[in-house]
Amino acid sequence: MAEEVKTPAPPPPPEGEKKPAAEKPAAAAPAAPAKPAAPAKPAGPVPVPWTSPLVEKYRSQYGSGLDPLTYLGQNYLSVDRSLIPDILRLLRDEEQFDYCVDITAVHYPKREKQFDVVWILYSFPRNERVRVKTQIADGASIPSSVSIWATANWLEREVFDMFGIKFDGHPDLKRILLPDGWNGYPLRKDYGILQQDKEWVQINLGIESGQ
Amino acid sequence: MSFPANDRTNLELETPDKPYLDSNELIINMGPQHPATHGVLRVILKLDGEKVLGTECVIGYLHRGVEKIAENRTYTMFNPYVDRMDYVAAVSNGLGYCEAVEKLMNVEAPARAKYIRVILTELNRIASHQLWLGTHALDIGAMTPLFYTFRDREEILKIFEKYCGARLTTHAFRIGGCQYETYAGFEKDVKNFLTFVAPKIDEYETLLTTNRIWLERTRNVGVISAADAIALGVTGPVLRASGVQWDLRKAQPYAAYSEFDFEIPIGTNGDTYDRYLVRMVEMRQSLRIIEQAVNGIPEGPIMGKVPKVIKPPVGEIYHSIEAPKGELGYFIVSDGSTQPYRLRVRPPSFVNLQALDIMVRGMLVADVVAVIGTLDIVLGEVDR
Repeated sequence: MAEEVKTPAPPPPPEGEKKPAAEKPAAAAPAAPAKPAAPAKPAGPVPVPWTSPLVEKYRSQYGSGLDPLTYLGQNYLSVDRSLIPDILRLLRDEEQFDYCVDITAVHYPKREKQFDVVWILYSFPRNERVRVKTQIADGASIPSSVSIWATANWLEREVFDMFGIKFDGHPDLKRILLPDGWNGYPLRKDYGILQQDKEWVQINLGIESGQ
Repeated sequence: MSFPANDRTNLELETPDKPYLDSNELIINMGPQHPATHGVLRVILKLDGEKVLGTECVIGYLHRGVEKIAENRTYTMFNPYVDRMDYVAAVSNGLGYCEAVEKLMNVEAPARAKYIRVILTELNRIASHQLWLGTHALDIGAMTPLFYTFRDREEILKIFEKYCGARLTTHAFRIGGCQYETYAGFEKDVKNFLTFVAPKIDEYETLLTTNRIWLERTRNVGVISAADAIALGVTGPVLRASGVQWDLRKAQPYAAYSEFDFEIPIGTNGDTYDRYLVRMVEMRQSLRIIEQAVNGIPEGPIMGKVPKVIKPPVGEIYHSIEAPKGELGYFIVSDGSTQPYRLRVRPPSFVNLQALDIMVRGMLVADVVAVIGTLDIVLGEVDR
């Protein structure tokens, strides 16, 4: 997805970024052990299925809605959107994932379901981390987890602020870092790095442009 | 003296058909330009007399879009930017970022680099705590600690300056190790600092620990229970002062921390005084770590085998470290190019600040100042 990136000003990044995209197999070959015949996937570690008692327990319950994987020793669950509130609640109540480290999102504009929403969870009793991921479409909403972890309040507000993802049942869903009247969601890939809400800047700051 | 007509209408509260404003409740605005908010934090306070009924934080005045910048810079180019988040603990930010990218590339820094990293990071932890102590005490009304802590922090900044040329935004580490070998006399400087600062920490304590005014202003102020702290995702000294013995340096060791012997101090009441004590012990524990590291620093290379162009394989990683303020995490998604596809910073100050509301409810306005100080937030990191 590197071709999405628009970098108007600095000269070095476009060079460094276009070449690798074109010659991916050639550049990947020296770093990795001899594995030349991998056309689509670049050489390197790939996610492998994650097996553990926790996973077995929920897999029998939820079946294909759950895809447990491990990458570089870190476990994550790809979960169907419809299972989200249940899985998160079970993870806290039954598996002792009592600390919600972070909630964030990733934008993939070319996908049908454009957003990945990611919960990073930690369990104090188990000293273990797990990530829960789900995919949602642009404009779709997702159940809020403020009732599960109080910390989700500001974290969800930031995701809303930066991506425009709505959380159903959030007590006070409004922008947190950007001003209230701002237009646009800056961490979406179609929002350029130099883009700004000119109208807001002109009205509220009394200057032509913030650049 | 006459007021313009439109100004006076704002002051007229008695409108016959509307109910009277409840004269006991008052909404006032603290900040964003206020010396006790440690930067540009705006807190809207709902007060009954001097008692706080509720608060709302308005943040974002320092938002620079660090995560957006990351998506438009190469991994190497983004490295200095992380120093500008928590600018009083820039070394920790750099350590977290470099280790996250290393993990994503599946490379490891050499042992010597890890030791240098630990020494500098722990020095920075002491510097950060010293700055916290000075400003926190100043907010509460004790002016002397500020001069003492800034005097001693200077020695740490001098070591940084000699090592990498910068005092505050150090950019000390590179992906794969350290760029600079230690300068001649580095170890002597660090050892001198250890013997210099240990009695100074005792000196801060003689000013405050049994000081009656300090006790009155901090004991049972801003209490947060362990359960609340965990639910709110609070980390770092604030969590430990509530009695949770959890420190990422022990729980999930990174760099070379598993090789050192140190303790994790905890508090019992979760009040401002306990958080003060926890941080004081943490400074001493940092000295212990530095002493072990500087005595056992191995020989060898300082850069791992990292390609010139940093191009991690497709994948994602979350890596976090124990920054002076709490858990500092980086979630990086790579698409196999030279730039991160998505880089998320999990800032400890941002999450800890959320606890302000429940910590000050029912307390006095003056306690809000104490609690903002004890949370040890840096607005550069809250807003990113």
